[in-house]
Amino acid sequence: MSTATARGRRGSRLGWNLLGLLVFVTAGFPVYWMLNTAFKPAEDAIDPDPSLLPTSVTLSNFSRALDIADFWGPVGRSLVVSLTVVVIGIVVGMLAALAISRFAFRGRKVVIVGILAVQMVPLVAMIIPVFLLLNDLGQYDRLTGLVITYLTFILPFTVWTLRGFIVNIPRELEEAAMVDGCSRTTAFLRVVFPLLAPGMVATSVYAFIQAWNEYLYALMLMSQQNQTATVWLGNFTTKHGTEYAPMMAGSTMMAVPIVVLFLLVQRKMAAGLTAGAVKG
Amino acid sequence: MSAADTTTPTKVPPPRQAPPGPPAAASSAPGPKRSGGAAVPWALLAPCLLVLAVVLGYPLVRLVTLSFQKFGQSQLWGFQPAESVGFDNFAKVLGDGEFWTVVVRTVVFAAACVVFTMVIGMLIALLLQRVSGWVKTLINIALVASWGMPIIVATTVFKWLFDSDYGIFNALLSKLPGVDMIGHNWFASGPEGLAVITLLVVWGAVPFVVITLSAGLTQVPKELEEAARLDGAGAWGVYRYVTLPILKPIVVMLTTLSVIWDMGVFPQVFVMRNGHPEAEFQLLTTYSYDRAFVVNDYAQGSAIALLTVLLLLGVIGVYMRQMLKIGEVE
Repeated sequence: MSTATARGRRGSRLGWNLLGLLVFVTAGFPVYWMLNTAFKPAEDAIDPDPSLLPTSVTLSNFSRALDIADFWGPVGRSLVVSLTVVVIGIVVGMLAALAISRFAFRGRKVVIVGILAVQMVPLVAMIIPVFLLLNDLGQYDRLTGLVITYLTFILPFTVWTLRGFIVNIPRELEEAAMVDGCSRTTAFLRVVFPLLAPGMVATSVYAFIQAWNEYLYALMLMSQQNQTATVWLGNFTTKHGTEYAPMMAGSTMMAVPIVVLFLLVQRKMAAGLTAGAVKG
Repeated sequence: MSAADTTTPTKVPPPRQAPPGPPAAASSAPGPKRSGGAAVPWALLAPCLLVLAVVLGYPLVRLVTLSFQKFGQSQLWGFQPAESVGFDNFAKVLGDGEFWTVVVRTVVFAAACVVFTMVIGMLIALLLQRVSGWVKTLINIALVASWGMPIIVATTVFKWLFDSDYGIFNALLSKLPGVDMIGHNWFASGPEGLAVITLLVVWGAVPFVVITLSAGLTQVPKELEEAARLDGAGAWGVYRYVTLPILKPIVVMLTTLSVIWDMGVFPQVFVMRNGHPEAEFQLLTTYSYDRAFVVNDYAQGSAIALLTVLLLLGVIGVYMRQMLKIGEVE
């Protein structure tokens, strides 16, 4: 290979890298600016000529954020709701996923189409009847009401995702175990379940994130005293204006644990998704 | 697939899954049998179908009946029974010029979001194949961080970025010679404000597209591209005639999903406008919400929600066909 083309190739690689860095800076900037604002003194945040690099670091915004409205109450409520929804979603979803991935029966296709279709209608379209339903059941402003509501989107999600993971486990493994004398149940528990565990964990974490992040139902169905974590973030804006630096500190507290959880499972979820897509 | 449900999108079901006859009988059937009838699968499905029937089936049916009734505050409190009014709600909604303005605005907004998301996502995915490993890592970190951000947090951060007095965006723009944007309120006009919201939506949606397309790109056989190149195809030719056809199923899936999600954008507008989107900011979702919970006409709100779903039906159909084709399901 001549040195000229080598240099040319290196030159174009440099160009692509510069472009790539530009993408990195642009895509990462909002997150960076959130962190930057959260850790700078509140008076620097309203400097008309803000410095792009961190100047001095302070935690005062975080203590202000914790002061402005009860933080741990909403977080506790969000935890209770999200965990309950995930447990129900995984258990019920697992049974259903097994049914549609390991059994052939009349009506299976209808169920599959139903579960898929169910995920397609905008959440907002459901808010009116759900609100009236909870109102009738006396579950308005109750955590149980919120759990019921969240199942509307978590359950179809867990069924469909777990189905994807189960389909990828070769049926022969189970059959071999059954030939060796296991019943269908023990074959599942001893052979399929261990292989499924990582997928189940990923699905649970993902479902947890979705429930945790939900905003509309939480806002509509819970009163101020019972607000959840996402709604809590609205407390920084009052009629007197918005306290931006503490609000960014609050945002950081909300985002960091979720982004970390997300990082842990993201690869597995994305892989599961495309594996199916390309094989077809 | 639903791996992407991180956004806010979501659900609604055809009521047809509610009444499958067998499950009731099946649930009494004894435990796992090795083979045989439909009893076992229906028993496994029963809890799921039961929950869905209650939390989804019932509200959906209610959504439909509601849109044919008169249902306001007095019906909510039970002072008056809800009475059927036939197609009145639909007639009122469809006869309202504002509704059509909102429809057009929503379609334009969603189209802009989808086109930018797909084009930028595709360009970044292609770029990722050409950069060095460390740049790739950096980009991936930034993408996953923005993908994982809760929508509410992302919206809050964008509100701060675009703040009229202290927002960094105006400050940076003003650094350009001859530009003074300090104090410019991006939300004073609908189109400008919705442009900012488009940016927010695209920023949050691109990572999913990039990561999915990148995974798809690794499956494109190198030999095919090589062969096309030997046959004299340029970079564009290789992309157009080799790469793109292979990616097509993924592209179709991502596009339909994006349409469904972007037509359903709600919290971004709602939070950006502090819970009271002005007329110029109304999309179908906020419009329906507004009718129901601000004007207290739950019936009209439901009618609008139902019309939105109908509007999406075609897209949903394409998506499901694709899913069934690739996800199948022996």
